[in-house]
Amino acid sequence: MTDTLPEAEIGRARRRKEDGRLITGRTLWTDNIQLPGMLYIAFLRSPMAHARITRVDTSAAKTQPGVVAVFSGQDLADEQGSLPCAWPVTEDIVIPDHPPMAVGTVRYVGEAVACVVATDRYKAADALDAIEIDYEPLPAVLDMNEALAEGATPVHEGGNRSFTWQFGTGDVDAAFRDAPVVIERTYVQQRLIPSAMEPRAVVAQTDGDTYTVHSATQIPHVLRVMLAATTGIPEHKLRVVAPDVGGGFGSKLQVTAEEVLALLITKRLGRPVKWTESRSEGNLTVHHGRDQIQRISLAASADGVLRGVKVDLLADMGAYLMLVTPGIPLLGAFMYTGVYKMDAYDFTCTGVFTTKMPTDAYRGAGRPEATYAIERAMDELAHEIGVDPLEIRRRNWIKHEEFPYATAGGLTYDSGNYEAATDRALALFGYDKLRAEQSDRRDRNDSVQLGIGVSTYTEMCGLAPSRVLGSLRYGAGGWEHATVRMLPTGKVEVVTGTSPHGQGHETAWSQIVADALGVPFEDVAVLHGDTASAPRGMDTYGSRSLVVGGIAVLQACEKVKENARQVAAHLLECSPDDLEFTGGAFRVRGTGAAKTIQEVALATFAAHNLPDGFEPQLDAGSTFDPEAFSFPHGTHLCAIEVDTETGESKIRSYVAVDDIGNVVNPLIVEGQVHGGIAQGIAQALYEEAVYDTDGNLLTTTMADYLIPSAADLPDFTTDRTVTPATSNPLGVKGVGEAGTIASTPAVVNAIVDALSPYGIRDVAMPCTPERVWRAIQGGTS
Amino acid sequence: MSRITVTVDGTKYEEEVEPRLLLVHFLRDRLGRTGTPIGCDTSNCGACTVLMDGRSVKSCSVLAVQADGADILTIEGLAGSGGWHPMQRAFHEEHALQCGYCTPGMIMASIDLVQDNPDPSEEEIRSGLEGNLCRCTGYCNIVRAVRKGAQELGAAQ
Ligand code: FES
Ligand code: FES
Repeated sequence: MTDTLPEAEIGRARRRKEDGRLITGRTLWTDNIQLPGMLYIAFLRSPMAHARITRVDTSAAKTQPGVVAVFSGQDLADEQGSLPCAWPVTEDIVIPDHPPMAVGTVRYVGEAVACVVATDRYKAADALDAIEIDYEPLPAVLDMNEALAEGATPVHEGGNRSFTWQFGTGDVDAAFRDAPVVIERTYVQQRLIPSAMEPRAVVAQTDGDTYTVHSATQIPHVLRVMLAATTGIPEHKLRVVAPDVGGGFGSKLQVTAEEVLALLITKRLGRPVKWTESRSEGNLTVHHGRDQIQRISLAASADGVLRGVKVDLLADMGAYLMLVTPGIPLLGAFMYTGVYKMDAYDFTCTGVFTTKMPTDAYRGAGRPEATYAIERAMDELAHEIGVDPLEIRRRNWIKHEEFPYATAGGLTYDSGNYEAATDRALALFGYDKLRAEQSDRRDRNDSVQLGIGVSTYTEMCGLAPSRVLGSLRYGAGGWEHATVRMLPTGKVEVVTGTSPHGQGHETAWSQIVADALGVPFEDVAVLHGDTASAPRGMDTYGSRSLVVGGIAVLQACEKVKENARQVAAHLLECSPDDLEFTGGAFRVRGTGAAKTIQEVALATFAAHNLPDGFEPQLDAGSTFDPEAFSFPHGTHLCAIEVDTETGESKIRSYVAVDDIGNVVNPLIVEGQVHGGIAQGIAQALYEEAVYDTDGNLLTTTMADYLIPSAADLPDFTTDRTVTPATSNPLGVKGVGEAGTIASTPAVVNAIVDALSPYGIRDVAMPCTPERVWRAIQGGTS
Repeated sequence: MSRITVTVDGTKYEEEVEPRLLLVHFLRDRLGRTGTPIGCDTSNCGACTVLMDGRSVKSCSVLAVQADGADILTIEGLAGSGGWHPMQRAFHEEHALQCGYCTPGMIMASIDLVQDNPDPSEEEIRSGLEGNLCRCTGYCNIVRAVRKGAQELGAAQ
């Protein structure tokens, strides 16, 4: 046995274990699954935003070649149930019935009205043309303010207000009374389409008694519970598998109509069925993100010290409430105070029904919206009192020595160092030099103006303490589970309740186990995403996997180690207290005697010589339920060149310094930050789901809904500062959403900064060349 | 129905196909070669990129009948007996993939790109891969990987 300890795995830039299958095309995407006798489902979708269905005739479709069955919403009305909403945010919230296929009325373009089941995907699609449906149009309801107005067409019987939710701390009226500076702004969070690269797909099969659903989902465990509740198929007869999943960003945190219907159709027909969406179908019917109108007011002293913040929010729910639709604005509700100190805060949010695709979680979910509003408004405050945007932040942010800090947003931030992250970002960015260039260009009246945007963000991560979720009326908890199994040969299997779809859990969890049990990284396998092999879990969203699931892995390892310690002590004929565990072996203090964990595993398997009464196994499970959120933070700086003649903007440099606490794998972290920044920039500059005045979605393809390509984005400079979280033993905070939360305001602040000489103080997102150009025309004329 | 002969990753296939069958569906549904995924229906995303007679094509915008007589190389045929192709290795080493859905197309397009331009600049890589979308990585590491893959391919020649 060697006495040199192996290098610590945590903190190492390990190349990912999952890459092999992904770079060689051996991946198991749901759509790859082919089963004997499999049938294909195609959906007929509503072409109307709002209409009564007056006639459905599927008889001709049933006689088309290859067609096995055709169903309308009415055909399945008795068994299809209602799609679940798990977050009734208020007691009096209106949660309308949400049949997977429309019955009687359609409420958005793309809503499923009927489906064909056929022997191949082309035949299924062909037969859709033979279904006849008559609609009696009703007025589309598209604008939230109009939807709430007296006499508006109701989307549902209960009217267009789903709920109003209120939260506040301190005396906000006092804060605003006689405040020397009051800033009032309205920002629009445009509607976005998450656009994971893998379209949704589902395969359902049955042996007549039990059911298996493979789905491109982020939430196999939640989905199993919800499918059981919706279809009445008992949970123990239902297995849900998330095989390889090609990205989610919240869009696959859903219980969809297609999943429920595939299951019901396989139940009816007794044959395996598959449905794979096309991209255009997906743009219409994968839940959308954002879509809020934010009215934010700041009250401050004459030198810009904040007294209070008020927020009044309208959130577009779309036509129905899906899994966590009403909860999304609440996830932002506590973040409008950002990194800043103030005496009082008030937040009101109204959820509004419209005849559009429902909204729900999209990367950041509530927090990017909140961060955008406060970071944009802080720039306005800086402008109002005539100081640099960084200076206004310094005057107001929580100083590092003030942590833990109870915010006016009702949270206690455990740790942070905004000064350090900002200083590092400034050094990497060359702030002063860029400011000098900016004033030079302004002086020269250069047609290309330079803008500098700042965003000092924080977010709440690690969803979540179950008690907190309960107090917000969320329908489930926020714990996560892991089981660690010691195999007879000393290899280790980790069963995790997280469900990765690009995050690299197989690699990161292996690193945690390797350190905790002193086994080689290569000796660890991670199982996930299948309720048969990984029965307990809460899945992957909200930057929670490492912060909650990773800690469960660590705790399970600790339990395994304690079990092994008993056996090692028995074998070494000493007391467990005499053993120290280093380098993967139990060593008797002061002697050379030792047993490796692998030797202990084999001895436990053989079970010939174990302590009296010891159950012959080392395996252990652990469920971690954090007591508090974690609070990543950071400073992002963006320099953007705006061509004032064409309105075109080009990001010249982008610096992100994030403090996400300790890091398990810096390579994976950097990748998450890069991707997050790109998605935030996409909201700032490129993306918007556009409905026309009849409620037709105009951005149904990737040619119309502009996801940035490599040519549209710059290289990013990223770095980190480290202030460990105190809420978990690894000191980690979560990184999945940080980039997206930070970057949108950094970019728009930069654009507004560039246009400031023209008297422009806002440009609506996405800041397209046309919008920028028009703003300049309006601003200078 | 038309009869076509296509070589895919070194294996010759003779098949009857409907004239409207897309090459990508032929590969995936008929031949079971599911390494090439589909990301869109308007030829925008590039996920389905393969090499047809040595040049990259989006296999969702080619009909199977148009591939009659062609030699198709997909991501599944890329690794040889010596292990991964240098571009595959570079994507792994530079962490140029997360969910991996865009990766087969991205790697095939990158191989075509460095075929034409063995030493591409960052800018040339970015514009050369404009037709391949990735939602996960923000492209920084993809650019790095393509540079590295290009260097290794250059060194191997
Ligand atoms: S699937 Fe071929 S370009 Fe998108
Ligand atoms: S790695 Fe997920 S789309 Fe590129």
